Amino acid sequence: MIEADGVGRTFTVRRRVVHAVRDLSFRVAAGEFVACLGPNGAGKSTTIKMLTGILTPTSGRIRVAGLDPSRRRTALARRIGVVFGQRTTLWWDLPLRDSLELVRLLYKVDRKVFRERLDEMCDLLDLGGFLATPVRQLSLGQRMRGDITAALLHDPAVLVLDEPTIGLDVVSKAEVRDFLRRLNAERGTTVLLTTHDLGDVERLCRRVLLIDHGRLALDGTLDDLRATAPGVTSIEEVVAGLYLRSRTTPRTPPPAPRPAPDGPSGRA
Amino acid sequence: MILGHGAAVSLYPRLAWYGFRRHATYWAAALAGAFTNTVFGVLRAYVLIALWQARPGLGGYDVAGAVTFTFLTQAFIGPMQLFGGGLDLPQRIRTGDVALDLVRPASLQLWCLSEDLGRAAYLFVVRGGPPTLVGALLFGIVAPHAPAAFLLSVALGVVVSFGWRYIVALATCWVMDDRGLGVLSMVLTTFFSGLMLPLAIFPGWFGELARALPWSAMAQVPADVYLGTADPARALAFQALWAAVLLALGALMTGAARRKVVIQGG
Amino acid sequence: MIRTYALLAWTWTRAAAQYPLSFALMTAGGLVVGGLDIAVIWVIFANTDALAGFGLTEVMFLYGASQLAFALADMLFGNVDRISQHIGAGTLDVMLIRPVSPFVQVAADRFTPHRIGRSIQAGAVLAVGLTRLDVPLGRVWMVPVMVVSGIVIFTALFTLGGALQFLLTAAPEVANAFTYGGATLTQYPLSVYDTRVVRGLTFVLPLAFVNWQPGLYVLGRPDPLGLPSWTGLLSPAAALTLAAVAALAWRAGIRRYRSTGS
Repeated sequence: MIEADGVGRTFTVRRRVVHAVRDLSFRVAAGEFVACLGPNGAGKSTTIKMLTGILTPTSGRIRVAGLDPSRRRTALARRIGVVFGQRTTLWWDLPLRDSLELVRLLYKVDRKVFRERLDEMCDLLDLGGFLATPVRQLSLGQRMRGDITAALLHDPAVLVLDEPTIGLDVVSKAEVRDFLRRLNAERGTTVLLTTHDLGDVERLCRRVLLIDHGRLALDGTLDDLRATAPGVTSIEEVVAGLYLRSRTTPRTPPPAPRPAPDGPSGRA
Repeated sequence: MILGHGAAVSLYPRLAWYGFRRHATYWAAALAGAFTNTVFGVLRAYVLIALWQARPGLGGYDVAGAVTFTFLTQAFIGPMQLFGGGLDLPQRIRTGDVALDLVRPASLQLWCLSEDLGRAAYLFVVRGGPPTLVGALLFGIVAPHAPAAFLLSVALGVVVSFGWRYIVALATCWVMDDRGLGVLSMVLTTFFSGLMLPLAIFPGWFGELARALPWSAMAQVPADVYLGTADPARALAFQALWAAVLLALGALMTGAARRKVVIQGG
Repeated sequence: MIRTYALLAWTWTRAAAQYPLSFALMTAGGLVVGGLDIAVIWVIFANTDALAGFGLTEVMFLYGASQLAFALADMLFGNVDRISQHIGAGTLDVMLIRPVSPFVQVAADRFTPHRIGRSIQAGAVLAVGLTRLDVPLGRVWMVPVMVVSGIVIFTALFTLGGALQFLLTAAPEVANAFTYGGATLTQYPLSVYDTRVVRGLTFVLPLAFVNWQPGLYVLGRPDPLGLPSWTGLLSPAAALTLAAVAALAWRAGIRRYRSTGS
């Protein structure tokens, strides 16, 4: 369902070439549930952006749902769902129901199909109580459930989530996880998510892709990940060990946007 | 009180320096603003040249004077913040952060004024230089009549501009929609400062009124001091008077805002 | 495309309707800002009978035509000049994952119909100017053509300004010099400008085709540059050419964004 062959992505930062991602190759079969882990700035977001067609790779070949994301962005958009944990795709001032209705029209989902799908999502994600509430008044957990619904209305074969549980409280996290697990198990939707929350990984994913320095550092099961540090029981500590080990090797900084114009201290 | 008298003396210059440095980090935006101000200066200059060709000597300016007036007032847009804004205050009032500012053992108004003077000094150079230079190169502008009085007049103009913008910003405490206030202030300032046309050519009583209002101290008066079309002493006194009136009004409003925040909790 | 635009615009209108006071203030603000331009014209003509060879009614006609075109272009597509904000906030990424052109999404983003007030105001000035001018019926048909061409030209300018912001994300204000500058430039007869400037506006950046060349045709006046009177009829062609250039620039901007990530 997802194929990446020798994918690389370089950025030019102040006339220096920086390799954000290099020689990344992996395959995700239909129906898999995969987590993409890595320290901040490892190249996870760049990878997600390339898989969803936002960013074109500098080298290598990508196929998602049979399409080249960089060439067939719009066609791909109809076959995949994307959720950004840090920003919403909903309309801030409109009731959630109106946002979803608009997404239906943008994706040209049949009205009858939409109604069935929405009923189903209302059941699974318990949206009923806040469908009429403007998005700006939703709690983060409610908003995330709304965003996930919006990403699934057109019944995509692949769902890509960038940090979907970030900032959620324990109950909301559990609800989102439970939903994603059922989506994967019952509908067979392929799911790829990035996260810093290892609870997500332990409860959801059979397979882990560890990206570091823009390279694939590990592609295996959770047990493979544990095997890298024998004797350590907590998965948190295993990953912390791997991250720390990578920190001792010099890292090329990711292409940071211009620093925020923060006021200098008055003492200068 | 920890903040002694000596500390207070060095506090405000330091805040001004802080304001200068803070705006220096937005140099790209400042240059973009200077570019836009310059382009509009060229457009305005042609219209005024056409008007002065039809009516030589109108308003007491010759063609070179009218062109100089145009580029000077365009150069004032940044330092005098003629389109409004430049203060963080409305934002801080909306978020409630202003409560923190009001409990500081320093005057909120002087605090803001110091930062604003630093901002204005930076923008005077970066946004004032390019329009003046391009105006000089393309059309030729006249030399300042009284340079020292002109600089003083610009400084007083900034204080008047601050006095006005501070009042508008503080009004956010009582009027919830600050965007409407912003538009109102922008309309009054752009039209009555002399930015769109010299106030000297406004007809009849309307012109008399426009020239007596505080906004004329922000562009028309400093430009007249530069051109020598106004008596420097009278011009500076006019600006100082409006500066004092607006600052006093602002001080009264600060007191009212403090009572409102303290009593109603924001 | 049009259907999607209308759908998004309608959605944003409903969102804006949640803040009726802001809507009223923005409408009033737009009217007052437009009123200031008219006040400037009034002050100028309180001091002179003719500006660069054109009288008050002729200036009203030229002003009304260009400002009507600009206000409508601004209402429909002016939000394209907020593209640098979308790049900064990451909302452009959200637009790129949808099966809809990002241009349509950016243009319709935060659409509010409050600028219709400004359009009506400009339309009224145009109407007053026209009725006082006694234009022969054989040339009046050119007026709607020039307004539509003007809308296309200003839309192309907004698009070019947007495309420029892909390069200058830190200084989006530069685009204002072209969009709002273009609107200001065409408020007055181009005869006030230097002939070299007018040549540039005829052959390079075709702002002369918003209201100047077609306006001269409607008014039946000779072109100070000596161009034939049918030059004004070329407005639609000039507008479409600029639109094509703008479309290419926009595509290049999106391609650049997708290949640099900034």
